[in-house]
Amino acid sequence: MPKRTDIQKILVIGSGPIVIGQAAEFDYAGTQACQALKEEGYEVILINSNPATIMTDTNIADQVYMEPLTLEFVDRVIRKERPDAILPTLGGQTGLNMAMELHRHGLLERYDISLLGTELSAIEQAEDRESFRNLMYELNEPVPESTIVHNLQEAEAFVEEIGYPVIVRPAYTLGGTGGGLVDNHDELVEIVGSGLKYSPVTQCLLEKSIAGFKELEYEVMRDSSGQAIVVCNMENIDAVGIHTGDSIVTAPSQTLADREYHMLRDSSLKIIRALEIEGGCNVQFALSPESFEYYIIEVNPRVSRSSALASKATGYPIAKLAAKIAAGYKLDELKNPITGTTYASFEPALDYVVTKIPRWPFDKFEAANRRLGTQMKATGEVMAIGRSFEESILKGIRSLELGRAFLTHPDYAEASEEKLIDKLIRADDERLFYIGEALKRGYSLEQLHSWTKIDLFFLEKFAGIVKVAEMARAYPNDEEILRMAKTTGIADETLAAYWNTTEKKVRSQRLDLGIMPVYKMVDTCAAEFESETPYYYSSYEEENESSKTGRPSVIVLGSGPIRIGQGVEFDYATVHTVWALQEAGYEAIIINNNPETVSTDFSVSDKLYFEPLTVEDVMHVVDVEQPEGVIVQFGGQTAINLADGLADHGVKILGTTLEDMDRAEDRDKFEAALQSLKIPQPLGRTAVSTEEARVVAADIGYPVLVRPSYVLGGRAMEIVGNEKELLNYMERAVRVNRKHPVLIDRYMVGKEVEVDAISDGETVLIPGIMEHIERAGVHSGDSIAVYPSQTLSEQTKQTLAERTVAIGKGLNIKGLLNIQFVIHEDEVYVLEVNPRASRTLPFLSKITGCPIAKLATRVMVGESLASLGYESGLLPEAEGVSVKVPVFSFAKLRQVEISLGPEMKSTGEVMGRDQTLEKALYKGLIASGMKIPNHGTVLFTIADEWKKEALALARRFHAIGYTITATQGTAAWLNKEGIPASSVAKVEEESPNILDFIREGKAQFVINTMEKQKKAAADGFRIRREAVENEVVCLTSLDTAGALLKVLEMITFSTEAMPAMKEDRTNEVMA
Amino acid sequence: MKRKLILENGAVFHGEGIGSERETVGEVVFNTGMTGYQEILSDPSYCDQLVTLTYPLIGNYGINRDDFETMHPSAGGLIVKEAASHPSNFRSIGTLSEWLHEKDIPGLCGIDTRRLTKMIRTAGTLRGRLCAEEAEEEEIVRELQQWVDPRDQVSRVSTKNAYHAPGNGKRVVLMDYGAKHGITRNLLSRGCDVFVLPYNATAKEVLALNPDGVMLSNGPGDPEDVPEAVETLRGLIGEVPVFGICLGHQLLSLACGATSSKLKFGHRGGNHPVKQVKTGRVDITSQNHGYTVDRDSLMGTDLILTHVNVNDGTVEGVEHREYPAFSVQYHPEACPGPSDANDLFDQFVRLMNRYEKVPTRM
Repeated sequence: MPKRTDIQKILVIGSGPIVIGQAAEFDYAGTQACQALKEEGYEVILINSNPATIMTDTNIADQVYMEPLTLEFVDRVIRKERPDAILPTLGGQTGLNMAMELHRHGLLERYDISLLGTELSAIEQAEDRESFRNLMYELNEPVPESTIVHNLQEAEAFVEEIGYPVIVRPAYTLGGTGGGLVDNHDELVEIVGSGLKYSPVTQCLLEKSIAGFKELEYEVMRDSSGQAIVVCNMENIDAVGIHTGDSIVTAPSQTLADREYHMLRDSSLKIIRALEIEGGCNVQFALSPESFEYYIIEVNPRVSRSSALASKATGYPIAKLAAKIAAGYKLDELKNPITGTTYASFEPALDYVVTKIPRWPFDKFEAANRRLGTQMKATGEVMAIGRSFEESILKGIRSLELGRAFLTHPDYAEASEEKLIDKLIRADDERLFYIGEALKRGYSLEQLHSWTKIDLFFLEKFAGIVKVAEMARAYPNDEEILRMAKTTGIADETLAAYWNTTEKKVRSQRLDLGIMPVYKMVDTCAAEFESETPYYYSSYEEENESSKTGRPSVIVLGSGPIRIGQGVEFDYATVHTVWALQEAGYEAIIINNNPETVSTDFSVSDKLYFEPLTVEDVMHVVDVEQPEGVIVQFGGQTAINLADGLADHGVKILGTTLEDMDRAEDRDKFEAALQSLKIPQPLGRTAVSTEEARVVAADIGYPVLVRPSYVLGGRAMEIVGNEKELLNYMERAVRVNRKHPVLIDRYMVGKEVEVDAISDGETVLIPGIMEHIERAGVHSGDSIAVYPSQTLSEQTKQTLAERTVAIGKGLNIKGLLNIQFVIHEDEVYVLEVNPRASRTLPFLSKITGCPIAKLATRVMVGESLASLGYESGLLPEAEGVSVKVPVFSFAKLRQVEISLGPEMKSTGEVMGRDQTLEKALYKGLIASGMKIPNHGTVLFTIADEWKKEALALARRFHAIGYTITATQGTAAWLNKEGIPASSVAKVEEESPNILDFIREGKAQFVINTMEKQKKAAADGFRIRREAVENEVVCLTSLDTAGALLKVLEMITFSTEAMPAMKEDRTNEVMA
Repeated sequence: MKRKLILENGAVFHGEGIGSERETVGEVVFNTGMTGYQEILSDPSYCDQLVTLTYPLIGNYGINRDDFETMHPSAGGLIVKEAASHPSNFRSIGTLSEWLHEKDIPGLCGIDTRRLTKMIRTAGTLRGRLCAEEAEEEEIVRELQQWVDPRDQVSRVSTKNAYHAPGNGKRVVLMDYGAKHGITRNLLSRGCDVFVLPYNATAKEVLALNPDGVMLSNGPGDPEDVPEAVETLRGLIGEVPVFGICLGHQLLSLACGATSSKLKFGHRGGNHPVKQVKTGRVDITSQNHGYTVDRDSLMGTDLILTHVNVNDGTVEGVEHREYPAFSVQYHPEACPGPSDANDLFDQFVRLMNRYEKVPTRM
């Protein structure tokens, strides 16, 4: 059956902001889906609140609505657009939940909207634990012993029966939020308690733990006729017990014989057919390492993170084909886009090994509980392809950008035996490196297996890798060893360290010996059919399949795995650069290693190299492609960090020169530059010792902002109020020395303003000025940004524009620049200049309509802004008000401090857009997931220094009818100030205290400011965590609270008794 | 030990020897299955062939007791990128290389198998010789170019004597052209009473067993090399329900007047989509054949095209217009590969039920 002709207009629901468990993979899926439907001639309406995505570009769908993904707004869009159909299975769990909600409220029926793809009943069957289990019983497919619980008593009864350990999985949550492996009664109380809270249906599944089994995934596709295929199977290196999103994964499976492979394949096809899925689906299995016994762990009745991975691992575009299937096509009617000659109804054959390694945020959240379990904690992932497992996994390690190029690292050499064993048994993000260390120390593989449960196949491979490395260490510069090391996948960097030489020397030795990699094509069919796909990976093999074409080319470096501080917005910029280069007549070549993104869709660029982003790996591509130059401005810190190394090999870096970039990034040079431009900046100096820091800080005057010289997303940056705090910081947070000084700046309280601009050195175009809601001191990525600015005077805007132009010209920027300013006592100070794409680029592009990345790219390849029709200065302000609101994933990261500060903590962002600031904020806040009830209780816990400011806020809350509650002292003070407030017991006091108050849902909002004093700080931390874990809105900046109040004041009304008559003078007259 | 593969086009691949150290000559083919090397190497259809596996990591799960498709493997050799020396699987009883040694099958590892595969894809199936590193290349290339392919493979791999695998259901005579165990297994699991006969058994010999049906097995090589089998089938079609697989399908087609020809590089793997003409149903199938029934040649015969390959449109299945006889080019018995089409065996049993005769026991 070809496509449906009874529908014309299709609504696609996106996945909203990036949070842990739902990331860039849905930008990839959504973009593919929209394009696929448009290709078929449908009118596509998209709703998504995430501005940092390609899918929300206006050329991806016919109409793009950047509105909150809530019933209220989706309903509005539906009423306005009246779509014939809706496609919910490509927007992650968010899209699916939205569709269910529309259905439950009868909206699909009311507006006669048909649902494309899988039926809701099937989705419910797959997602609802109980009906899913019943279906599995019917199909005779095994599921682990389990029970559904609705309260703790039921959980206790189940454990009584089957014993510990058990796994807790809350129903209908993302990435297993709130779940975990439970070993004892205390953990049971904790995890079941939070699980029930997170589950929108107050339901948890408790199941017998099958930890230690092999974990396998099958990515399956089915069409409406019942044809079903397996696109890819994957084997987790980590055994069952660690969330698949947190597991190291290989594709295809490595340790399954044909019989097991097909046993699970048959099972997954049986399930997808029984559920009548139309599109993609993911089935997770646990397989005994000792027998054919297996269990179904979970089924995702939609496109998922794993399907993005499977698409990139095989070349088979699952989301695109899922969209076409949803539109009515059958698999055998669709061409395989890779070969162009064969059809979509086949199963890809791989002739390489794919490895995926998760990227965790623990470098940012040092206090977080790093242990891995059933709750996903990774923010992103890398994928690597090789012709051997060794090559693949080592490329993966390099791609992580953890400062580790190999399986072993000196950092782990110090670990005590006890710690080492503990790390092997209780996996955390570093287990791979502890395995390397254990192998170096000579532990037996059986021993390692008993601790890690990792299959001996993989341990054997790791041992082999370590062995080759040790041989290399023992025989410096030996040709045969060098050859072996390179085939094994060991980086020049590692060899250089072993051989006490430089990476450059190892490379030239290789060049002399002709030890260079070749490039192989990813073609879905193991070379059986001819393919034209420009999708390559390197390997130390014989035949090279990639060569330079006749056209001039430019290499664009991607931004690697998604992490806090470097998110999908850089992928957005990368993709736009590619498009701009193509438009300008260049062949655009991407190097990147993130399987979740649009940039690694092979159809985006002219050539895609799926490789680690290191100097060595990029140089190999440069050697083959001989490009006109390399663009590093769009790939975040990842790409910028490679610029020096590449230039050192004579590679031309397009755009701003390295010297000029250095003038922006090197402190002293930057200060000199600003001075010569007569632009003020906060006083600041560097210090190379703790003593020097003390002197500098005293000299500048507290409060000061301290940070290490190398910064990514504000890492380890703090505002320090006095000397004692400074000494504490110096001891705890940084390793200071001559090579790595700390930077100490005067902290200026004031409004923070951010500007993105494009400069060609002559003309500096400023698309817009964004004003932050939170005052300086909160990382710009965690602040609410408003465009256009609401409070700046024309004079200030003028000054901002002038200074931006002066800096662009003065630093001779060719391409992008982003400047953070602080307005302190009417003076405009420059905080920092970033000569590269910023986080705000997609947001600003979208709301101003200015193609920022494109213009910057054209400038970088030599065109002038003037020739493109632009002149210096600020573009006229666009209509309406837009806000960018950060989104956090605190619920998934236990023990993480949620308080906002100079360290970036958000994982994603949403946009709110309307005619007034209040309306835009309302949309932004609810899109970010905040619940905004129009009455209720606000709990204030305020440090003394903030009390005065907080009073005004409390008064406003009171005025619109909120009840105010605070701890005793604060409550008494509020009462004294004329604001009725009830009191609640402190943390250390007996139950019921403030924590119970929050836990029991008695507060709708918690406003809590950081305490400097230790004891109070610890209490504050518990209050904040309690709020997060119970999904209560917790605001740590009074500015954010002020913004929330603006919204509340808009949506609520005060109720006042009528005033007594004052002007009645009749009585007087009578008298 | 360093060894190499020399091809008739002059290409040489240098690698490490695994398994037997004897020299061997054969057609170099490739299989794209990512699992199933044990089944592939023991499938008699690969008789004499040098099998290249495109998945680079082979031998990961070792060799086990159960997954053989014949007792005496006849594959000419094995070519892989990497042969696992430390397999890991609960059923593993040894490494691939050890088993190759034991069965005297030579192998080569450590070569760019993708390069070799592309070469075969472009040039078509090539003859090659697996030999020691020192071997004289030019001379071998000349020899290879003049090499005459053996035509006696079926006779070599077929059983020499008839034997009986008893069951309580339908009596099936399995014509063994190089049958995989999987076929017998599938018949037995449906309760069939199986008599396995040599490839050159006559129609009279077959019918003397009073079978309810005749199953034509897979097997190696060109169907035109076994005219005696075609002759036998002419005597069976219409007498008794017939179901053919792979070579059996080709022989049935020839017996009905169709012709066959050699494919450029064959279909070998577990991911080939096959469409049933009547219903549109597509199965992912396990395949292993170098020859195909010519689609045009079905015109004017009594055969109806029932299945086609989705990718290249080649004939994947036929059915006799009048008589109870059908066949498929692919392997419904799977092992290796998917069992999507396994219900064809049920179809065969149903066919036998429909054509039930009064049994006259011998």
